[in-house]
Amino acid sequence: MRKKLFMCLLLLVGVYFAQAQNGIIGEKVYKTKCLVCHQADGGGVPNLNAPLDGATNVVGSDIARLVKIIRYGYNERVALDGYYYSNAMPANPALTSTEIAAVLSYIRNSWSNKAPSVTLAQVQKLLKKK
Amino acid sequence: MKKQLLLMVFGCIVGLSVVHAQENAGLKLPAGFKAHLFAENIGQARHIAITQSGVIFAKLNYPNKDGKSIIRLEDKDKDGVADNITGWANYGGTGIYVRGDNLYASSDDAVYQYKLDAKDEVLNASAPNTIIKGLLSRRQHASKSITLDPKGNIYVNIGAYSNACQEKDRTPGSKGMMPCPILDSAGGVWKFDGLKTNQTYVDGKRYATGLRNVIGLDWNTTSNSLFVTQHGRDQLNSFFPALYTNEQNAELPGETMYEVKEGDDCGWPYIYYDPMQKKKIISPEYGGDGKKEGGNNVLDPIVAFPAHMAPMSLLFYKGDQFPAKYKDGAFIAFHGSWNRAPLPQEGYFVAFIPFKGGKPSGDWEIFANGFSGLPADTKVVNPRNAKARPCGLAESADGALYVSDDSKGAIFKITFNK
Repeated sequence: MRKKLFMCLLLLVGVYFAQAQNGIIGEKVYKTKCLVCHQADGGGVPNLNAPLDGATNVVGSDIARLVKIIRYGYNERVALDGYYYSNAMPANPALTSTEIAAVLSYIRNSWSNKAPSVTLAQVQKLLKKK
Repeated sequence: MKKQLLLMVFGCIVGLSVVHAQENAGLKLPAGFKAHLFAENIGQARHIAITQSGVIFAKLNYPNKDGKSIIRLEDKDKDGVADNITGWANYGGTGIYVRGDNLYASSDDAVYQYKLDAKDEVLNASAPNTIIKGLLSRRQHASKSITLDPKGNIYVNIGAYSNACQEKDRTPGSKGMMPCPILDSAGGVWKFDGLKTNQTYVDGKRYATGLRNVIGLDWNTTSNSLFVTQHGRDQLNSFFPALYTNEQNAELPGETMYEVKEGDDCGWPYIYYDPMQKKKIISPEYGGDGKKEGGNNVLDPIVAFPAHMAPMSLLFYKGDQFPAKYKDGAFIAFHGSWNRAPLPQEGYFVAFIPFKGGKPSGDWEIFANGFSGLPADTKVVNPRNAKARPCGLAESADGALYVSDDSKGAIFKITFNK
C-alpha cells in the first residue's frame, strides 16, 4: 500500500515537472519565434499581426488549424473577431512536434487565455496526417 | 468615521489626478499650445481633411457600426467640439483630401471624387466619380495615401506587398528577388490626373520608386516638390540573427523622409538607411552584412528618424496662428512602432521639423506627445496598450492643427494663444 502511494506521488511529481518543462519550452519558443509580431502581451498589432490573447480561433477546438499555421505558415488575409490582419506568418519547419505542442499550450494558457493544452501525441498525429 | 474621511481624501486625490490628466486632452505640448478633444470614438480614423469653413472629413479604416466609412464632422456652435457628425460610403481606406468643392477619398484599390455644396455637404454620396481604379491591393501595405499638386495632379502611394521583396515574404533564409518584380506596379508613388475619371495604371506614371510604403505625403509649395515619409523594413534580427541583435533591430533602419522628383529611386528593397552610420546599407537579403554600402544612384533621405515609428502623415504648416518657427515647417504623425519588441516601442507622437526655403533648417523634435495615455516617460510596450495612435493631420484656415487617432478614433485639436 505504501509503495503504491509512493509510486502515485512520484507519478504526480513527474507529471508536474513534465508540465513545468513543457511550460518552459513553450515560453522559450514564444519569446524567440512569436513575440516580435504577436507582442509580449499576445495582443498582436492592430491591422498587421493578429492577436492571440482572447482570439476565438486560438482558444477554440480546431487544433489541427493551429498546428498547420505554426508548421506551414499563413499567407492569407487573417479575418479574426471582426478585424483583418495583413502580415504574412512564416512557416516554422525547424520546430519539433514537442515544441509546437509546448508553444500552443503556452499560448492557449497565457494572458487571459484558458484552454486545454495541446499534447505531443495530438501534434504528431496531425502532422503525420498531412 | 476615520475610514470615511480617508475615503473622501482618497476620492479627492483620484478626482484631481483625473482632471489633471485630462488637461490638454492628456497631451504634452510646447509652452503656449493647448489641446482638446474635437471628437472621440468615431472609428479607426486614418487621414483627415478640412474645408475652408472648418468641416472635417475623416477616412475610416473600416466602416463604423452604421456602415459608414467617410465621417463628416462639423462644429456648428463653434465651441471647438464637433456637434454634427454624419457619414457615408461603405469601403475602408486611408486617403482623404479636399480642394475647393472636390473631396477625394481612397479605398485600398481605387480613388473616388465627391462634390461638396456651399455648406460642405456631400452631393453625390452614393455616386462618386471613380478617378483611379484597379490599383494593386495585396493585403500588406495596401492603404492608398493621396495628395494633389497645385496643377491638380494627384499622387497616390502604392505600397509594396512585401517586407523586403524576398522570394517568400518574411521567411528566414529566403533570398531577395533580383530584380524585385514588385516595383513595376507597387513600391512607389504614382501620378495621375486629378480630374479624369476611370484611370488605371496605363493612364498614370510611376513618379518615384524604391519606396516600401509611403503613408505620409504632402506637396511643398515653397520648393514646389513632393515630400514623402517611408515606413522602413522590419525584422532584421528575426531573419539575420547572426548579423543583427535585438538592440540593433530596434534602431534599424531609420524611418526616412525624401524629397522626390519625377523618376527618383529611393532604393527599397536593395538598400536601407542606417541613421547611426548615416549610410545606405545593402539589405541582407541582397548580400549585405550590415556594413557594405550600396545604392549610389538612389536618393539620400532628407531627414531620418528612429526606426519603426511608422510615419502616417506629413503636413507642411502654412498658417500664422502658431509661432513663426512653425511656418512652412513639417509636422509628422507617428502612430508608433511594434517591431522594436522585445525592446519598448517608440513613436506615438507628432514630430516637427523646421523648414526654410523648402529645406529642413534644424533637427526634428517632438511636438505633441502623450497620445498613448500612459504616465509621462512611460514607453508603450505593447501597441494595443496605447490609448490613441496619431495618424492623420489637417490644418484649418485659421491655423489650428487637427490630429486623428487610428486606434479608437479620437480627433485632437491643437491651438496656440498669443
